[in-house]
Amino acid sequence: MREFDYARADSPRQAVSTHGESEQAAYLAGGTTLLDLVKIDIMRPDQVVDINRLDLNEIETLDDGRTRIGALVTNTALARHDRIKNEYAVLSEALLSGATTQLRNKATTAGNVMQRVRCPYFRDGVSSCNKREPGSGCAAIEGHNRSVHAVLGTSEHCIATHPSDMCVAMAAIGATVAVEGPDGQREIDFLDFHLLPGDAPEREHALKPGELITHVTLDAPLENSRSRYLKLRDRASYQFALASSAVIVTLDGDTITEARVALGGVGTKPWRAHEAEAALKGQKATEATFQKAAEIAMQGATPYAHNAFKIPLGQQAIVRNLTTLTAQEDRRTS
Amino acid sequence: MSDHHKGDGSGVETFDARFPSRRRFLKTMGASSLAAATAPAWAQIAQAGQQHKAPTEPRDDGAPGKGEQQIQLTVNGVAHTLNVKPNAVLLDVLRDRLELTGTKKGCDQGQCGACTLLVNDTAINSCLSLAVSHDGDKITTIEGLSNGDDLHPVQAAFWAHDAYQCGYCTSGQIMSAVAILNDDSIGSDDASVREAMSGNICRCGAYKNILAAVQDARGKMQGVS
Repeated sequence: MREFDYARADSPRQAVSTHGESEQAAYLAGGTTLLDLVKIDIMRPDQVVDINRLDLNEIETLDDGRTRIGALVTNTALARHDRIKNEYAVLSEALLSGATTQLRNKATTAGNVMQRVRCPYFRDGVSSCNKREPGSGCAAIEGHNRSVHAVLGTSEHCIATHPSDMCVAMAAIGATVAVEGPDGQREIDFLDFHLLPGDAPEREHALKPGELITHVTLDAPLENSRSRYLKLRDRASYQFALASSAVIVTLDGDTITEARVALGGVGTKPWRAHEAEAALKGQKATEATFQKAAEIAMQGATPYAHNAFKIPLGQQAIVRNLTTLTAQEDRRTS
Repeated sequence: MSDHHKGDGSGVETFDARFPSRRRFLKTMGASSLAAATAPAWAQIAQAGQQHKAPTEPRDDGAPGKGEQQIQLTVNGVAHTLNVKPNAVLLDVLRDRLELTGTKKGCDQGQCGACTLLVNDTAINSCLSLAVSHDGDKITTIEGLSNGDDLHPVQAAFWAHDAYQCGYCTSGQIMSAVAILNDDSIGSDDASVREAMSGNICRCGAYKNILAAVQDARGKMQGVS
């Protein structure tokens, strides 16, 4: 692994000040993305700022009902937290469907938000990749683009999916990302945090140089809602989604009164499907309703040579999730 | 795991789980090829066994050199003061500096689980961990599980169930199993164990016996961590 300078920060302010605005500096939390990519020489920091000793390990319920998650809360701790399991089941399930026990024990909330794409052409270090080498082209568009390549939100410059399951659940729940940077603190709406590739796929998020995520704050849970994460993949465990859905609904009898739908595995960012939600709200919870919403969710999808199957698969991820969720008794345990 | 060697020269085979001997056998044969003509191989192995310095003594590197960071690691109950470069990986420090080679390097990028060990009783991939980040941490490796010649229940169960072929993934499998069996939030049914162990890849495909070993060890784990 290449050499770098190392500093351990004791406070967010100190971390930000040590990092500065250099693009060659990197914050280190769990290390499951950063050290992986440094080892294969895709990320090349000359300064690593270790934030693991910062006091950002709490999960707090705020007075307004929102839930504030410290940046360093591990994926395991978040998934196992009582309030998350009971009030945000979709998030707990999404977390537990990702990676492995060991990786979830290391990976943090902020690190999961910041994880990089799994496109093999990004990781191989030699192929054309506009994320890694802006202007070099996208080998995936004409290449092997089956499993970790998107059909929604793609551009002629990049078609890699955002790999996170956690972020799909957060997109459905609604959240804000609190950051501290050289210019002070600010909050970013979760749906604005990840950027579409457009003509600048090397820009993946809304952070300014040097900004550090300190918390992710979830919207208050929808009252009397039920939620579920459904992940479809090539094997039963330890695999990225081909298509996934995070769904939250409230019902009045058999009428859907509120719906939140987000998709993973099919989009270049955690994909909130607002139009599909509008098609569900006020409708009877029937398969015909679900199918119509699912078709709306995948409208405008662009298939590539090997991933056209993701359009019907994404629809099925929505229909099956809604079918299961609306058929069962209230899943909330509190 | 099933290494046998003649521990005292008496010709009686003894088993010592602390010192899997294939590595030492190879080392010994390499280092002593000149002397090999004058003494039987088993005698040299026995001699090497006696000379082997168990990694149970505290290590103290003294003042750190330029570009090094001083860290404290308590490994299997022994406190070491080490000077490491910022890019030194925990797995490599344990293997190369402390000679605790039970923890294996497989993919070296967090995908196979061979390097799994416990940091503060939590299973992690040591290949994706900077040593310097673990200053002050308590680390348990496969070498720290047995109590002298008494195998940990999970080790004994892996042996009894033949839960390996080549054995390269075994220490990672065992460390994951120990963590899982001590974690009340992970279900005890086979499906839950399979899911929780999915980060440990076995190229030989010994999963059936690994699962049997983990479940067998479950009942014997009371009072053991």
